Amino acid sequence: MTTRYAVWRLLQVLPTCAGILLVGFLLIHAAPGDPVLALAGDGGDEAYYERVRNKFGLDQPLVVQLGTYVANVIRGDLGTSYTSGRPALDVVFERVPATLLLTATALALSTFLGLAAGIAAAARPHGARDALISATSLGLYATPVFLVGQLMMLLFALRMGWFPVQGMTTARENYTGLTHVADVAHHLVLPVIALAAQEIAAVARLTRSGLLDELGRDHVRTARAKGAGEVRVMVKHALRRAMLPVVTLVGGRVGQLVAGTIVVEAVFSWPGVGGLMVSSVQARDTPIVLALFFVIAMTVVLANLLTDLAYRWLDPRVRYG
Amino acid sequence: MADVPVPELTGRPAHHQSWTAVLARPAGAIGAFLVLVVVVGGIIGPWVAPNDPFSVDGPSLAKPSLSFPMGTDALGRDAFSGVLHGLRTTLFVAGGVAAIVVVVGMSVGLAAGYRAGWLDQVLMRSTEFVQVLPRFFLAIVVIAMFGPGLRQLVLVLGLSSWPLLARVVRAETLSLREREFIEAARADGSSPLRIILRELLPNVVPSAVVVVGLLVAQVMLIEASLGFLGLGDPNVVSLGSLASEGQDFIRVAWWLAFFPGLAIVVAVLGLNLLADAVTGSLGGGR
Repeated sequence: MTTRYAVWRLLQVLPTCAGILLVGFLLIHAAPGDPVLALAGDGGDEAYYERVRNKFGLDQPLVVQLGTYVANVIRGDLGTSYTSGRPALDVVFERVPATLLLTATALALSTFLGLAAGIAAAARPHGARDALISATSLGLYATPVFLVGQLMMLLFALRMGWFPVQGMTTARENYTGLTHVADVAHHLVLPVIALAAQEIAAVARLTRSGLLDELGRDHVRTARAKGAGEVRVMVKHALRRAMLPVVTLVGGRVGQLVAGTIVVEAVFSWPGVGGLMVSSVQARDTPIVLALFFVIAMTVVLANLLTDLAYRWLDPRVRYG
Repeated sequence: MADVPVPELTGRPAHHQSWTAVLARPAGAIGAFLVLVVVVGGIIGPWVAPNDPFSVDGPSLAKPSLSFPMGTDALGRDAFSGVLHGLRTTLFVAGGVAAIVVVVGMSVGLAAGYRAGWLDQVLMRSTEFVQVLPRFFLAIVVIAMFGPGLRQLVLVLGLSSWPLLARVVRAETLSLREREFIEAARADGSSPLRIILRELLPNVVPSAVVVVGLLVAQVMLIEASLGFLGLGDPNVVSLGSLASEGQDFIRVAWWLAFFPGLAIVVAVLGLNLLADAVTGSLGGGR
């Protein structure tokens, strides 16, 4: 991967970010009623609304307003939550760690297990193991996140009692240090599996079909003819190329994974951004909702950027081409 | 960046693709059956439903039985009737979104692929932009600002779901553009619009069907998730909101959460199987 490509790709991010801001801005103005309600939330008094009108220059032409809006956002000012009276971005970032823990663990687990399942299925295509893996992933791929979560909760928390039913920590206890980590990990198991299930299915399906394509190609046949063992052929020659669409998939699905996290958080009362989002929508605390949207949209853009760079780095045809 | 795995489809002249070939595959037959069950259940179901989903008909939290195949909820309302009405909501959203996606995605894809040049550049940059927008959260922002409602939901999901279709249709069009039968039509003096509608469109339909099927399946999951979070239209029954109400009783009445979820599985699985079968019969067999 050339540095020039990396710089060029980084610069491409700028118009995308601008576009995302523009979408937010347009929605504020397209929403029914006074745009001040969308900027300040539904429950302020007249004096407060007046301040917000001044701050965003709502008596100015639309273009000037857009400039003011973008300038505010660039300064990290995404407005003030009217329910808590605090800067929206602060309120959002307080909740990010819990969500990040859940999402990142699920992303890592699903990539690993998905690849493993895909390899296991492709190693002996159309055998019993392949049929089992393929059927399971087809089913999981169609199952809404909340149903997986509810079934896991029913079986492993309520029936078996192996895992806690909800939350991120045991509220009664005040664990510190390692016991705290173990406690959080114990609470993390069911939500992560529920969240990862659909991703595992998606990665497994793609890995399997990618591997089957690659295993039929000349370079793999050559490797086999030169006496390379099956494991070496699979990992060294086929998997590397079959990984490419998987990398793209993982980057492209980050948005959906975060969406799934919101739902899983609702099922297991996980204290992340999900609860904040839902309560803010219900209270029409739009600064929070917009701040969450921007943070998540930027995360998706960043994930796509990283994916693209990883793709370049993995694919020798592009790297040296 | 694709968010659903779409196999590469090779462009080829139309007319050889038939539904019998799709239905001859097990995946196609099962998929078609599941989709049929969902469509019939959602359209006819509410009329023939044994009970009104909002009326109290039986004992509270009754187990599934002959008179209440999916049990009853805490107020004694028939869960089966609720699922049938929920399916109708899902179908309404899915159908509306599909219509928008087809119109926008096909137009953008065909225009970009056939015209190339600056129009292609502009359309493809816009497509890439819309594709990075996180649909689920865009829908939530719209709900927060415009209030919950099916119309808003269909619009926002439709206007943010078309990029994948546009990209696939564009790729197909690009590969078809230089083929002999298109050249022949051009030599005949056919207008670009005529070539696009008469020659290109029929040939991109099979792969477009696959993409639309997969997109609709995703939209169903999104609609269900929004309903589950309590962000759906409060005036209609949705499968997601039923599942969420069921969550409160999961200790004592598993059926309340299970059957609405299962209905979504049936719908999404049916669409995915059908899409797989169409891909397979197009020669992308795996």
